[in-house]
Amino acid sequence: MSRRYDSRTTIFSPEGRLYQVEYALEAISHAGTALGILAQDGIVLAAERKVTSKLLEQDTSAEKLYILNDNMICAVAGMTADANILINYARQAAQRYLLTYNEDIPCEQLVRRLCDLKQGYTQHGGLRPFGVSFIYAGYDPQRQFQLYQSNPSGNYGGWKATSVGANNASAQSLLKQDYKEECDLKEACGLAVKVLSKTMDSTKLSSEKIEFATVGRTKAGKVYHHLWGADEIDALLKEHDLAKKGEETAENVG
Amino acid sequence: MEVLLGITGKDYTIIAASKAAMRGATILKASDDKTRALNKHSLMAFSGEAGDTVQFAEYIQANIQLYSMRNDTNLGPGAVASFVRGELAKALRSRKPYTVNLMLGGWDPITEKPSLYWADYLASLAKLPYAAHGYAQYYCLSILDKHHHPDIDFEQGMKILRMCTDELKRRLPIDFKGVFVKVVTKDGIREIKYEDDMPVKSA
Repeated sequence: MSRRYDSRTTIFSPEGRLYQVEYALEAISHAGTALGILAQDGIVLAAERKVTSKLLEQDTSAEKLYILNDNMICAVAGMTADANILINYARQAAQRYLLTYNEDIPCEQLVRRLCDLKQGYTQHGGLRPFGVSFIYAGYDPQRQFQLYQSNPSGNYGGWKATSVGANNASAQSLLKQDYKEECDLKEACGLAVKVLSKTMDSTKLSSEKIEFATVGRTKAGKVYHHLWGADEIDALLKEHDLAKKGEETAENVG
Repeated sequence: MEVLLGITGKDYTIIAASKAAMRGATILKASDDKTRALNKHSLMAFSGEAGDTVQFAEYIQANIQLYSMRNDTNLGPGAVASFVRGELAKALRSRKPYTVNLMLGGWDPITEKPSLYWADYLASLAKLPYAAHGYAQYYCLSILDKHHHPDIDFEQGMKILRMCTDELKRRLPIDFKGVFVKVVTKDGIREIKYEDDMPVKSA
């Protein structure tokens, strides 16, 4: 039945659906989980990194968390190749704004620019939509810390805590249960690892399997973003008692 | 002999612009408003080549208003100034440069501070506590140097402006027909009634 309508992104099915967009959403729901939590003094993004093979060279840099601008970072769920195109576009848009106005682009404007591009692929002929959902974390002086999420249809929304990717429904309900509006960044990081540990397939977490990033402000009021190193992630896991037990012995056996 | 003056104070920016529209040695109009409001907290005053000035000012005005409509928020004075400078610099390197000198008065609702930007037709931009364009620079900057402080209140600001306009009347060889005075504060832009007809004795 759907064969007649799903070969083109731009055509509605008789039930009023755009199959290609739905397939893209479906593809994302199999990708590694990513989540974001808004705190009083910052935002934390965390993502699950799927380790496909022992032989694969472990990328030292982040592969699911990216810097978009001096005031903004994002987490990716979905096709990394598609995400690279969009991230490049976002970085250019942000720099163009900086060149014109000598100020960082307001967070929502950058999100909207990306979503306008994503929307275009659900309407203009014959091309596949971007198979990526983003979680954005940023700061601007007008609206302070902000957390957004967008999907392949080009819709976006602001959130206090949200997740995308595999098991995002259970992650979302865990966040709903445990999120406290007046939490600080440290508590938010704690919540992030707790939720990840429950939604990820493997029960034992390690810095190889997750990525962490935070946006905050220094005492002087300068906005910073920080992609965490392996040692910092391991320290956080240890603090919350979620680290792989007996790491040394396991390594020796391996 | 067009006059543009700008003075910032504690919580306001005053912009004064001469009322005379001139062509050569002839005064065509004595109530010419050389300012445009760009958004709630930004006011632009302009002088220069007759056709260019209004054309450029209204082009900028339209673009700043378009930004406000699209983004549901106003550009701050610093961003407005950078945008204006960019447009002037672009025009300067085209076949049709604008010969326009500008003064941008603003109040930033985020930092809650007044600001004044000075720009000329070569697209130099400077943020200043007080400024003048054209011949008024020669007569007024010394007065402003002597009397201006960053935290002066509105009455003191107006007093300094009066000293400036008196000096201009005394020394400029052509009557500039008085000035329109506008002030930008946290409440927006408003016009100030300004007495232009008081005689000034020459030395």
